[in-house]
Amino acid sequence: MSRAVVEQLALGLLRGLAMMILLATVLLLGSIAVGGARVIDWEFLTSGPTEGMTEGGIFPAIFGTICITLLMIFMALPLGVCAAIYMTEYSGTTRTARLIRASVNNLAGVPSIVFGLFGVGFFILFIGRSIDAVRGGGLLFGQPAMLWAAATLAVLVLPVIIVSTAEALTAVPRSHREAAFALGATRWQTVSRVVLPQARAGILTGSILSISRGAGETAPILFTGCAYFLPRLPVVHLSVPLTGLSIPMINPLDQFMELSYHIFIMATQSTDAAVTRPIQYGTTLVLVGLTVLLNVSAIGLRARYRRRPVTR
Amino acid sequence: MTRVTMAAPTVRSRAGAAGAGVRPDTGPAPVKIAFHDMGFSYPGRRALAAITLEVPEKRVTAVIGPSGCGKSTLIKSINRIAEIGTEVEVEGRVLLDGRDLYAPGTDLVDLRRRVGMVFQKPNPFPKSIYENVAFGPRLHGDAVRADLDGVVERSLRQAALWDEVSDRLKTPAMELSGGQQQRLCIARVLAVDPEVILMDEPCSALDPISTARIEELIEVLRERYTVVIVTHNMQQAARVSDRTAFLLNGALVEIDETERIFTTPADRRTEDYITGRFG
Repeated sequence: MSRAVVEQLALGLLRGLAMMILLATVLLLGSIAVGGARVIDWEFLTSGPTEGMTEGGIFPAIFGTICITLLMIFMALPLGVCAAIYMTEYSGTTRTARLIRASVNNLAGVPSIVFGLFGVGFFILFIGRSIDAVRGGGLLFGQPAMLWAAATLAVLVLPVIIVSTAEALTAVPRSHREAAFALGATRWQTVSRVVLPQARAGILTGSILSISRGAGETAPILFTGCAYFLPRLPVVHLSVPLTGLSIPMINPLDQFMELSYHIFIMATQSTDAAVTRPIQYGTTLVLVGLTVLLNVSAIGLRARYRRRPVTR
Repeated sequence: MTRVTMAAPTVRSRAGAAGAGVRPDTGPAPVKIAFHDMGFSYPGRRALAAITLEVPEKRVTAVIGPSGCGKSTLIKSINRIAEIGTEVEVEGRVLLDGRDLYAPGTDLVDLRRRVGMVFQKPNPFPKSIYENVAFGPRLHGDAVRADLDGVVERSLRQAALWDEVSDRLKTPAMELSGGQQQRLCIARVLAVDPEVILMDEPCSALDPISTARIEELIEVLRERYTVVIVTHNMQQAARVSDRTAFLLNGALVEIDETERIFTTPADRRTEDYITGRFG
């Protein structure tokens, strides 16, 4: 065979394989879009399940997903960013640094179901029950709750946040750090005034991607807080003293419904999986839509910061 | 590798042409920085050995030598940024106004305030022009803060940049030309009111016109500051400096009045280097 023929064959083969990825994406998203679009309407998005969960909407699951994601990011972001700052700016190549780096990498490789079991064992049975024991007065913290589910998810997304933050920090030119040091800046001044402002975009992008990863996970929340069905939203009304007003607030000690778990139970635990199929499609489309939205905003954010160097 | 073909670069005599001594070159200036048998090692690599030299106050001292001879390490050891991000071993002593910089308990923040540095590549922060100059004063939170605008203006004027940027202080520093960026970096150093200014090949990334402007600036700076400049460019050393040190393979070959180094060097290797036989 001549070289030209081989060249043509190679090109054709590679192009074909690359096209298959495109095809897979189109088929997957296409079927979800077509199946989901038929059921999604305002009613579906804003009402709860009815008729033994064979009819009705998925609002509680959307609400629960948003709550748990917010809670997760509140826990994971500070921890992850601080760890990354310590790793890249402070620890150098010491033994501690290598140990932390190894832990992060190992954490990233742990299957998500293991995180779920860890969440039960550590957060609920150990921390929760301990709090209850100290507090007295029965079970409150030591049972599945949004708080623990969010904590479990936070541990899961921690490596994503740490790695992306560390990357964003290392991307800040060494020359800028040197300039700050040479002007008499302390390490923290250098980090807070020179490195972090420049790494902001990268850190944000990484966190959003980690949210979209966490929002789609089922296994970690399986045992730690999500409910098959909850007739109420996980909300408490806090009364403001003296005013007589009551403010609705997310109750992190309550259980919750969640989109990916909802899909799972609809497909496997439902009394009649065939009847609930449209709901499954609709729920999947909403979940995928949320994830895509988050990813697109991450990409947009990154593009915006790349175009325009940060002033101030 | 730049090869200098001229036999001996012209030692600057512009000041002389202007008439009476703009610069009282003669007469010993007090010693500002002194190296005593100083050695410097990075992990697994020795950068400097047995360096003994003195840098006079309010003079320009040039450090020349081929790539990798330890020039940069030498000046970065004066503000102790050579040790950032790595482990180093320092022998001997480096004195600033008679005090050992490497003595335990040395306040690095104070040291770096007194010894400013301009880098090889202009490295303004991705902030506005104003914020770049104000960075140092803000760090130190001085009483100076009350008149930050004044400090910024004065520093930019000293760095001969004010006229070009006075109407756009809030624009990003990255929009300036390379030469302007480097002068901004000089203004940033001046804003913390240092005593010594270290320059690590400050013109190597600049065009000839920008280079000339920086050199003019150095001329002015020497009236108030002690300047140590590392340069690859021997004509530059000859033009801007009062004294020149020649380094080779981490060792000091000789240091003397610039005029003497470029006309009658004591060491054969210096002569070979400045006449372009190697390097």
